[in-house]
Amino acid sequence: MINEQLSTWRVEDLGVEGRVLDVVRAPAPVLSTDGGRVDPTTAEVVQLAADLVATMRVSPGCVGLAAPQVGEGVKVFCVDVSEHPKTRDHHGTFVLCNAEVVESSRNEKAREGCMSVPDLTGDVKRATRVVVRGELPGTGESVTVEATAFEARALQHEIDHCDGLLFLDRAAGAHAIYARKTYL
Amino acid sequence: MSGVTLHAITVLGHDRPGIIAETTEQLAALGLNLEDSSMTLLRGHFAMTLICAGDTTVAAVEQALAPLAADGTLTVTVREVPEERPGRPAGSAWVLTVHGGDRAGIVSTVAHEIAAVGGNITDLTTRLAGDLYLLVAELDLPADTDVSGLEDALRDAAQRLGVGVTLREAEADDL
Repeated sequence: MINEQLSTWRVEDLGVEGRVLDVVRAPAPVLSTDGGRVDPTTAEVVQLAADLVATMRVSPGCVGLAAPQVGEGVKVFCVDVSEHPKTRDHHGTFVLCNAEVVESSRNEKAREGCMSVPDLTGDVKRATRVVVRGELPGTGESVTVEATAFEARALQHEIDHCDGLLFLDRAAGAHAIYARKTYL
Repeated sequence: MSGVTLHAITVLGHDRPGIIAETTEQLAALGLNLEDSSMTLLRGHFAMTLICAGDTTVAAVEQALAPLAADGTLTVTVREVPEERPGRPAGSAWVLTVHGGDRAGIVSTVAHEIAAVGGNITDLTTRLAGDLYLLVAELDLPADTDVSGLEDALRDAAQRLGVGVTLREAEADDL
């Protein structure tokens, strides 16, 4: 079920210009630190939300970005899986603050990569259906969203970032992490 | 780490708690850095390969690890290896799974088909569990590989062996 409140959300409505930020890489400590909760209505969080979207949009293939990945140890992330071939239902571009998974089911293993761990990929088991609760930046409205398939995986990956976890922390086994190869 | 010597170290033999702790303690004392390692149990045997970097000699590493092999249950080898700088592979990554009843020649037959198209196996695990034989391999296939042709060849070979085969692309999703 698509949540209209989220699917009609537009970054332009934040009313601030997003800046493209540098993406930090592991082993930066901020990536392994549980992010702080935020007040989603503050000007700082609104700016961060716009910056995350701007940075995601200039990064090829990027379907999500969490605040710790730009050096901010707080629970804010953006997602947009609309262009990804594995996507089924989706909510377009949106930003959530203080988000948490409140329900999850149907685990599936797949290989993930991450801009903050550019040289490795890994097999990670994640739910293919989740219910996530969070708050919108700016208005602070509470939203509950049901996501499936690739959007569900992206949400779990970003919420993990906000909690100081990388996909490496969820490796399916000792031989489930691979050196990333860049193919010509 | 240019200008630093690389050593390939293998430790094989009877498994017991503490082998890794003892090995790495000795290597750390020599100032060696574990650059890459792989360890598993093969039919219950401890099997570890390490690539270490540091400013030391083969003889010094052998001497440091000699106590590990002293009771005859573990074999340790140390040799100097050159720095490998793998080029970017042209092509794509695949995961091959083969399983079925155990019989001679499964790995060699499958590996031959992959080599015949210029494919490179970059990771391999085989397991024998009762009568079930399992092979899982990571492959790099050249850009011009006729993948459906390779699939046909693998399926034919698998049929002759009485096993099943699946080949799927190992694409990681960036999140």
